[in-house]
Amino acid sequence: MSTIEQEMVHAAEGGHHDHHELPFIRKYIFSTDHKMIAKQFMFVSLFFLVIGGLLATMMRWQLGYPSQPMPGGMLLPDAMMAPTPNGAIMLPEFYNSLVTMHGTIMIFFAIMPLLVGLFGNLLIPLQIGAEDMAFPRLNMISFWLAVPAGILMLSSFAVEGGAAGAGWTSYAPLSASGEWTGVYLGQQLWLASLTILGFSSLVGAVNYITTVINMRAPGMTWFRMPLATWALFITAILILLAIPVLAGALIMLLFDQTLGTGFFRPEVGGEPLLWQHLFWFFGHPEVYILILPAMGIASEVLSNRARKPIFGYHSMVLAIIGIGFLGWIVWGHHMFMSGMNPLLGTSFMISTMAIAVPSAIKTFNWLATVWKGDLHLDSPMLYALAFVSMFIIGGLSGIFMASTPVDIYIHDTYFIVAHIHYVLFGGSLFAIFAGITFWYPKMFGRMMNENLNKLHFGLTIVLYNLVFWPMHNLGLQGMMRRIYDFTQYEYLAPLQPMNEFISISVFLLVAAQSIYAFNFFWSLFKGEKASNNPWDSNTLEWTVPSPPPHGNFPEMPVVYRGPYEYSSPESETDFYPQTTPPPSKPPVQELIPEPVTPTPEGF
Amino acid sequence: MNWSWMLPPSFSTVSGDIDGIYYVILWITGITFFITEGLLFYFIFKYRHKEGRKATYDHGSTKMEIAWTMVPLVIVLWIGVVSKGVWDTVKVDVPPAGLEVIVTGKQFEWNVTYPGPDGALGTSDDFETLNELHAPVDQPVVITLRSDDVLHSFFLPEMRIKQDAVPGQDITVWFEAIQPGDYTIGCAELCGIGHTTMGGTLTVYTAADFQAWSSSQAQQQQP
Repeated sequence: MSTIEQEMVHAAEGGHHDHHELPFIRKYIFSTDHKMIAKQFMFVSLFFLVIGGLLATMMRWQLGYPSQPMPGGMLLPDAMMAPTPNGAIMLPEFYNSLVTMHGTIMIFFAIMPLLVGLFGNLLIPLQIGAEDMAFPRLNMISFWLAVPAGILMLSSFAVEGGAAGAGWTSYAPLSASGEWTGVYLGQQLWLASLTILGFSSLVGAVNYITTVINMRAPGMTWFRMPLATWALFITAILILLAIPVLAGALIMLLFDQTLGTGFFRPEVGGEPLLWQHLFWFFGHPEVYILILPAMGIASEVLSNRARKPIFGYHSMVLAIIGIGFLGWIVWGHHMFMSGMNPLLGTSFMISTMAIAVPSAIKTFNWLATVWKGDLHLDSPMLYALAFVSMFIIGGLSGIFMASTPVDIYIHDTYFIVAHIHYVLFGGSLFAIFAGITFWYPKMFGRMMNENLNKLHFGLTIVLYNLVFWPMHNLGLQGMMRRIYDFTQYEYLAPLQPMNEFISISVFLLVAAQSIYAFNFFWSLFKGEKASNNPWDSNTLEWTVPSPPPHGNFPEMPVVYRGPYEYSSPESETDFYPQTTPPPSKPPVQELIPEPVTPTPEGF
Repeated sequence: MNWSWMLPPSFSTVSGDIDGIYYVILWITGITFFITEGLLFYFIFKYRHKEGRKATYDHGSTKMEIAWTMVPLVIVLWIGVVSKGVWDTVKVDVPPAGLEVIVTGKQFEWNVTYPGPDGALGTSDDFETLNELHAPVDQPVVITLRSDDVLHSFFLPEMRIKQDAVPGQDITVWFEAIQPGDYTIGCAELCGIGHTTMGGTLTVYTAADFQAWSSSQAQQQQP
């Protein structure tokens, strides 16, 4: 029998019953186990998170101390730094690369794979009661496409001309030809890397969608699904529809760069605005790809740690779906100043105003969830509450940009830099901290150290606000983003002290992250052993051992109720697992809605 | 350090309206901010875990869901409607020009072409300035914005004007200054290595002074 046939037979026999120990390479490197792939995504994207943070500190050096020698700058090559007798000063082309690569790496290689690669892989099969993803080998391919994409992206720092320097949005024509930036190969590597990463995301999205639709355990109806899985499911649909548009645009731009085509180059009949339309048609759904899973994670943690059902479960689901639809018709709000017909600006303003509503619904429901709860203020809860608090600020500051006349002034200023970081750092990254801390015991069988986490939380929330709050004020004073030396403008020169203040806060903020990193690795070996269900949670992943075995569930779980039945009068404890049969009604087979046996398909 | 949420002074006929909408939004979001964050902190304090506390078993309320759907919807749509009026004034309804100029962005400078004594652009008496825009007060200055190479963004912070310059497109921008003086021209769109140096000065004169400046320039630049 060939290996494929053997696998099929093995799968047909029930797959999870007799798992012999896999060789090292299949278990840890080319693994098809969704939990291992989740961890692989986590380690790689945490690495990129560190890289992205270091790029930001270099950028902030230049902004805090414009054109002063950077400590350690002598270690960098002359293509990045200009050596002087007193030390090395950052070159503007390197600054542009930093701006570009910080954004690109944080969005595509840190936040997105943490939310989708880590939590999508970890939570979807476990929360719906599946033994693995629908296509485990596609899942493996998804990770192993992301790795070369990351290597290509990083390698662009080492090539002649340096890394891409046209911003993470790579607006054409600046990005369409090296003659404008001096960056040829770097920009091409950027395009190639993101194209490959796009395939990785697509493969993952197909897998998630199929898994959620086909592999839910008996009784796991749509409206008994945890909100994290709901959010990841809608996110996967957004990825499936948005990434092809990006991939098409990236390939067209790569052709403009390398083959001399003229999709976006006006001198040969191209249209620069076409790039922006394609990029943002992908890019705005992408914004929601980066926040919906975070909202789902926060909902899980808030409800659990408040020991209270999530308030308005159905409106929470409808809000996720509503964002999923409205997210497609707001892309033009990135282009109010682009030269797009101003009448179109008005339509995009109205749709953008409308998309504020589902976010407001979610925020009010989170507030109502903690209202009259029994709040266990341990570290996952603190991170989740910080998510809500910071997301409120990011959401409210978005209204300024949505208003077209106000956007005239604050577009392309630090106001928008503040806004995006309140949503993406204050929002997504705090939810990621909440999620990693909350599911750490499930992933590794040990708890993280609570005191270290609280210390990390306290420092991060304070320093984070010291960094990003004043950026609103910089923007209101008219300071443009992506600017190498703002003191060149007379009216911006007085902003130097505030920029220096922000830079010092950034250095401390980045340093404070080492506490979490230390705790993460220390707890792997020394953390307190975790029980199966350390948070007294209801959802399915907490019914299996920590960490769960290959195949997850020893027996097919049966689901009797929704995921947030905390403090239910029907239960003696303050939680009521989805799999606990209702009292007076023993689990008669007829009560179970249509027992679906998930077919363990191979790839 | 300036921690203020006030906007710096502005000097064009439309900037007051733009700033006005900003302050309306600042009030609305500011009040929402204090209410929501205040409630969050109050709940965190009031409902923190204590021995014997039991959470209320409550799945939600349709009335509340309707309320917090409709109230934000009405508010943001109202902001949208108010914004539309000002947006149309700034970007759609261009008034008859007091002065017409062509501004061309290219790496890394702003080139301004003036009509010269005959008042018409594209004739032999046109003259140019580099990184300087000279304009009369109290007259609509209508700019045809172009780019020779990549995207730039023509930014007059004190006039509350910003518009990307796109190669291959002629984009109309206008403003009317209400006070003579020197103001900033900036580039707000990353345009390459020298992006940071692509600044300039807008000088606004009284009508008479502008006439004087304009004729002296026209004479100097005659071939």
